Amino acid sequence: MKIQVKLFASFGRYRPGALPGMPFELELPEGATLRDLIHQLGLPVEEVKVCFVNGRVEELDYTLSEGDEAGIFPPIGGGCLP
Amino acid sequence: MYLVRVNMTDRTYQVTDIPEAYRHLAGRGFTSSVVAAEVPPLCHPLGPNNKLVFAPGFVTGTSAPTSARCSVGGKSPLTGGIKEANAGSSWAADLAVMQIGGLIIEGKPSKKDEYWGIHITWDGKPKVEFFDATQYTGKQLSQVFPAIYEKFGERISVCSVGAVAELGYSNAGVVFNDQEKRPTRYAGRGGLGSVMASKGLKFVVLDRAGAPGVEIADKALFEEGRKKMIDALRSHAITKPKGGLNTYGTAVLINIMNEAGGLPTRNFSSGRFEGAPKIAGEAIFETVKTRKGKEIYNHACSPGCIIQCSNTYYDENGEEIASCVEYESDWALGANCGIDNLDDVARMVKLCNEYGLDTIETGTTIAVAMEAGVIPFGDSKGAINLIHEMGKGTPLGRILGAGTATTGRVYGVTRVPVVKGQSMPAYEPRAVKGIGITYATTTMGADHTAGYTIAPEILGVMGKQDPLSPEGKAALSRAFQATTAFIDSTGHCLFIAFAILDIASGYQGMIDEVNGVLGTHWTADDVLKHGAQILKTERKFNEAAGIGKEADRMPEFMKTEPLPPHNQVFDVPDEALDSVFSEL
Repeated sequence: MKIQVKLFASFGRYRPGALPGMPFELELPEGATLRDLIHQLGLPVEEVKVCFVNGRVEELDYTLSEGDEAGIFPPIGGGCLP
Repeated sequence: MYLVRVNMTDRTYQVTDIPEAYRHLAGRGFTSSVVAAEVPPLCHPLGPNNKLVFAPGFVTGTSAPTSARCSVGGKSPLTGGIKEANAGSSWAADLAVMQIGGLIIEGKPSKKDEYWGIHITWDGKPKVEFFDATQYTGKQLSQVFPAIYEKFGERISVCSVGAVAELGYSNAGVVFNDQEKRPTRYAGRGGLGSVMASKGLKFVVLDRAGAPGVEIADKALFEEGRKKMIDALRSHAITKPKGGLNTYGTAVLINIMNEAGGLPTRNFSSGRFEGAPKIAGEAIFETVKTRKGKEIYNHACSPGCIIQCSNTYYDENGEEIASCVEYESDWALGANCGIDNLDDVARMVKLCNEYGLDTIETGTTIAVAMEAGVIPFGDSKGAINLIHEMGKGTPLGRILGAGTATTGRVYGVTRVPVVKGQSMPAYEPRAVKGIGITYATTTMGADHTAGYTIAPEILGVMGKQDPLSPEGKAALSRAFQATTAFIDSTGHCLFIAFAILDIASGYQGMIDEVNGVLGTHWTADDVLKHGAQILKTERKFNEAAGIGKEADRMPEFMKTEPLPPHNQVFDVPDEALDSVFSEL
């Protein structure tokens, strides 16, 4: 399945040359979770502080669906998010 | 501590001890108490009976970190109610070091178009001298500030108003110098700049040479509190060095609010702006890095700040365009106008600073003018031109300068995002319900700083709350409003809240600092009571000014127009809004 991904703030270093927050498309196996997405992107999971899917905050075990928009933030916005 | 009263009718002044009733008040608590006690609620905001009150916070001028805020209070020409706006500047610290707990500007000269400055020095106690400032009027502020530094010396601090305040606009701010002596730090909201100008007052210049500093009753306790505060600020992800605010500035919020579907776009018609990444804090950081050839972390707006969230933005040749591109300004003049050209947003910030305009009210007004068809959404050059119209005082500029509500009325626009006449800032109440309750109920007119529930609703600070749910949000907003009224009285920047609401020892540190300075024994309960009392005082003034609970309501369109992408309306019942104050 295809999903739209946005990486913010210091996670921009995982997409060099692109402005942080610009969406890009990614192919993921059916049933993949946010945690799987983070793993595929090579982001250090301990640095992930908040994930949005379609504008709502979701936990790492959230199962993604075709066409979802996922936004991933490091701790720019708070120290105690999941 | 001293109370300095300056009478602009006859250009006289009095220096007395702070009256007993005001002895344990500072910052917002001081300004609001004086306004409530001394200003007739039904007076004209620009008439002789309004007063302009300045007060540093409890710990301003001490070594407490991030504490150089000054509150400015009066009756607002924008809302018709009580107003407190605050800014960070060396000016605040200098006022406190000169042991001035309050500066009250009264009266009004009989002659129009005559402007004065006051120069306050230390001569065993504060001493005030008047100087003719008429020659500095009608000019851009960056032309005026260097002349004042030249006249009075490099060590002074300067408070002033821009040309639009001289025109009496309801969106004119009061400006203070930054650390580079630029006129950029604004107590922006509510038109207090015009109150100052209406009194024929153009400058308040402070020279602290020889001043004794702030007296601290219990130095050991103060030191203990200060260390707890420093530890909290240095360890929290938002406030620490090279953390969110220090790297990306306050505009770090653009992307996260946009992700949450709560970034008001094109005059509050959507919660998502496709151009958000181009104007976000990350884009500011990356653009500056490219143009200056190195990573530049942000600087302090005022002495003693260890958060350091202020940026400077540069053009393609590495020349400064503006300092500082804040989240609110970036949003108001960017996303809310459908503008994604960061250079032009920065140019507009610069123009607002030059003319003396509140960037928030200016951006929301331009967006309403765009909705009316004066210029199209996204037209950044047209928006720049509208700011020039305001600065020059053309008939169109004067309409816009009267604010968002007036502009909406003049053009027959129904989507006008205001409460009590003041425009909403950069958080969509239909996507973040708690902040909507704050907008509706605060005594200030729509104001995010009055009760920043964004912290738990979006940022996960002090727990986590579903932003789309109205449940429990009235109590949340009430608690935030009361706590904020206290923080606004300490002289600390509100951004300490990110750290101290998550780190309990930091919160205790704030209380220890204040007890250390005053010699009091306040507890966390007392802090809330102190804050609640300030809110009640402000509320009583507003009610007497004809602004009661009927004014604690959202504009109609927010209850009827679903906001994409969540397609939510503002569904907080009126009873919940009323409970904010009835259960205070």
